[in-house]
Amino acid sequence: MSPAAIVGIGELAPQRYSSGATTLSMIARAALEATRDAGLAREDIDGLLVGPQVGETPQHVPATVAEYLGLHPTMANVVDLGGASGAGMAWRAAAAIQAGMCQTVLCVLGNINERGRVPRSPNRNPIREFDVPFGASGANTSYAFLAQRHLAEYGTTSAQLATAVVAQRENAQLNPKAVFHGTPLTVEEVLASPFVVEPLRLLEIVMPCAGAAAFIVTSAERARDLRHRPVLLSGAGEKVTHRAMSQAPSLTSGPLKAAIDSAYRQSGTGAQDMDLLQLYDCYSIVIALTLEDAGVCPVGESGPWMAENDLTWRGPKPLNTHGGQLSFGQADLAGGMSHIVEAVHQLRHEAGERQVADARTALVTGNGATLSEATALVLQREDS
Amino acid sequence: MTREQTTPSYPPPTPTAVSAPFWEAAQERRLAYQRCADCAQAVFPPRAHCPHCWSESLTWQESTGHGTIASFTVAHRPGHPAFAELAPFVLALIDVQDGFRLLSRLTTNPEEGLAVSAPVRVVWESSGDWTLPLFELITVDGGP
Ligand SMILES: [Zn+2]
Repeated sequence: MSPAAIVGIGELAPQRYSSGATTLSMIARAALEATRDAGLAREDIDGLLVGPQVGETPQHVPATVAEYLGLHPTMANVVDLGGASGAGMAWRAAAAIQAGMCQTVLCVLGNINERGRVPRSPNRNPIREFDVPFGASGANTSYAFLAQRHLAEYGTTSAQLATAVVAQRENAQLNPKAVFHGTPLTVEEVLASPFVVEPLRLLEIVMPCAGAAAFIVTSAERARDLRHRPVLLSGAGEKVTHRAMSQAPSLTSGPLKAAIDSAYRQSGTGAQDMDLLQLYDCYSIVIALTLEDAGVCPVGESGPWMAENDLTWRGPKPLNTHGGQLSFGQADLAGGMSHIVEAVHQLRHEAGERQVADARTALVTGNGATLSEATALVLQREDS
Repeated sequence: MTREQTTPSYPPPTPTAVSAPFWEAAQERRLAYQRCADCAQAVFPPRAHCPHCWSESLTWQESTGHGTIASFTVAHRPGHPAFAELAPFVLALIDVQDGFRLLSRLTTNPEEGLAVSAPVRVVWESSGDWTLPLFELITVDGGP
């Protein structure tokens, strides 16, 4: 991987519901903030990566976003990897720069979430044909299958899964942007919340929000002339294995394992080198599976491991110091970018009260669909 | 013109030209699946190409309809509003003996025996114009 760096970040505080906003307007606010954070101007952006927007702009998303922002990029594309889209953008931006297609890439995701709006996909793919007619719509059931299998195979308990959720909530108490800032949580409260899809309860499942996030990638060389200490993209990995849960190669490990291995290999690091774990968290069980796939704990032992270790910002293995999507809020695909934005805050040593002492290396993961689309990044603070 | 308030109907299957034989067989209460003539592997959901060897020689077979539960969930808050009244119900990933995995629903909410690896068999249920392959637990004495 040619040296590239994240030099600007922008993020709207997730809101449970939005009104009067468009997806484009939210994307633009995050994009402007990231560009200004980098000390750059509109004219400096010559690459654009956006996500799919099924509702507002079904096709031609890059051109629509470019027109809105007055950009004329020489590289523009959609990254359609669900919750892995944000991480997927980071290495694609670096690769496009290395290929000589552009120099500075805006990566941006966002969406509205209007009260009462029930998004229904118009698709006719195999999931619609073979899952939905039986009562399995949306992601919840797929992740419940994963959780149930982990409980059955390894004896993991719901209380163990809840400990990670609670640790992240504690982190969120130091993040005013988090949707659950000011709302502490206990394991007992997680276990007392109603079942949505057994064994998963309401407070183990991410809450949909409105919002947007953006980051700017440029070459490490150019990054040194900009405002902030560069955060280097030291390694990346990606793997996509299936779409429907019934077609997953495994119910106890995902494509993140290969993606994380690649990110470790490219960066010459391993699990033991991580000062910060920014792991995609749409459900409690995904944290557990990712800890195992990342080699942070042995396979099958994430339950006891999470219960025995301090996962807050002050512990030895800080997990999702912004609160994770479970406590920060999941602003559609921008939720998966929140892990990157927080890693940049931490590696710049600008995370305020929740700063991890001397954070130098972070693992960031993204996960899309039904543990199907996986991207991992190793981000590092550039030595002075 | 008035519009009556009705419970939303279950979302029906959406057959394609390739998958139509599966749903036609279902109408006759047969669980159809494909097997590759070249690599002999089972293929599901239906395709025009074998994902294992890219052969286009896929043949339709009739499954035993027996299998085991790979995992399951009791859905209390289903994602689609049409299923709200049915909840709670059991959804399961089923490893069918013939070598493929599918998602289905159990016909009842078992009071006992619901577990990973529990044996199940297909039970056909009519839903509007469609016949769906649901499943039930096979109890120790062979029947419910
Ligand atoms: Zn084949």
